[in-house]
Amino acid sequence: MKAGIVVFPGINRERDMAIALERASGRKPRMIWHRETDLQGLDLVVIPGGFSYGDYLRCGAMAAQSPVMDSIRAHAARGGHVLGVCNGFQIMVEAQLLPGALLRNASLRFLSMDCHLRVERTDTDFTAHYQRGQVIRAPMAHGDGNYFADDATLDRLEGEGLVAFRYVEPDGTVTPAANRNGSVRNIAGILSPNRRILGLMPHPEDLVDPLMGGTDGAPLFEGLAASLVSDRPAA
Amino acid sequence: MKAVVTVMLKPGVLDPQGKAIGQALAHLGFADVGEVRAGKVFELELAETDPTAAKKAAETMARKLLANTVIESFRVDIP
Repeated sequence: MKAGIVVFPGINRERDMAIALERASGRKPRMIWHRETDLQGLDLVVIPGGFSYGDYLRCGAMAAQSPVMDSIRAHAARGGHVLGVCNGFQIMVEAQLLPGALLRNASLRFLSMDCHLRVERTDTDFTAHYQRGQVIRAPMAHGDGNYFADDATLDRLEGEGLVAFRYVEPDGTVTPAANRNGSVRNIAGILSPNRRILGLMPHPEDLVDPLMGGTDGAPLFEGLAASLVSDRPAA
Repeated sequence: MKAVVTVMLKPGVLDPQGKAIGQALAHLGFADVGEVRAGKVFELELAETDPTAAKKAAETMARKLLANTVIESFRVDIP
């Protein structure tokens, strides 16, 4: 798997993401400065978390206008994989790679804690190494993670099975209490119709090593590495 | 020529900031305040001198960047 990580000014989770990707694929990801536009040869483009452009205007709004975004759109249009985490998810909805918007947390509080996610489907390259309905733990750290979309968009997402992860209790039940940021229908992550673009607020890359306190996030990267084998060396 | 773009969350989109501001106003003794909605105002200094063209340009800017039309509506005024 050839992966690239897009770096905007103010992004701060790119090295965590690089660790997770390298652990899973054995290959160091390429760091892509936001002014670069050449994404040729990459299987996966990752937009990591952080506070691009200081969250000016709206979270992700400035980064969504960066030169690299047109290349990411072209990569997505070619059927390339794109993963956006936290600020990366915010940037993706601002760039309209995924529908909806991420509002200020309903509590108005920055949330820095673990949450539990239920894996809603496993027939995607992102979730293939999980079990359907499996509950995983993931750290979250955001002030604007309150997913919103109009009812027609939500019904389409649900109808096409494009909700990838939901905030749940540790036993897998969907409750308002488990939904700390107030997201509609407890949505934590969504997919594109071709299921090759995933955006989510929590940070699976920060739980990929026992030294981090757990490995619940590792299967996401291992699943990607197993699916995206374009660069597997000839035997 | 100046254009003023006012951006507000659409009706039905939860505005926790407005809610918190409303609660703070109530704490200050302004008991007769109903719903409070928070928004943003942008003042744009434009080279354009025709008000109709200036308004049109500002509306395009609002749609492309200043407002996220998924959640926000906007209004352009040429004062």
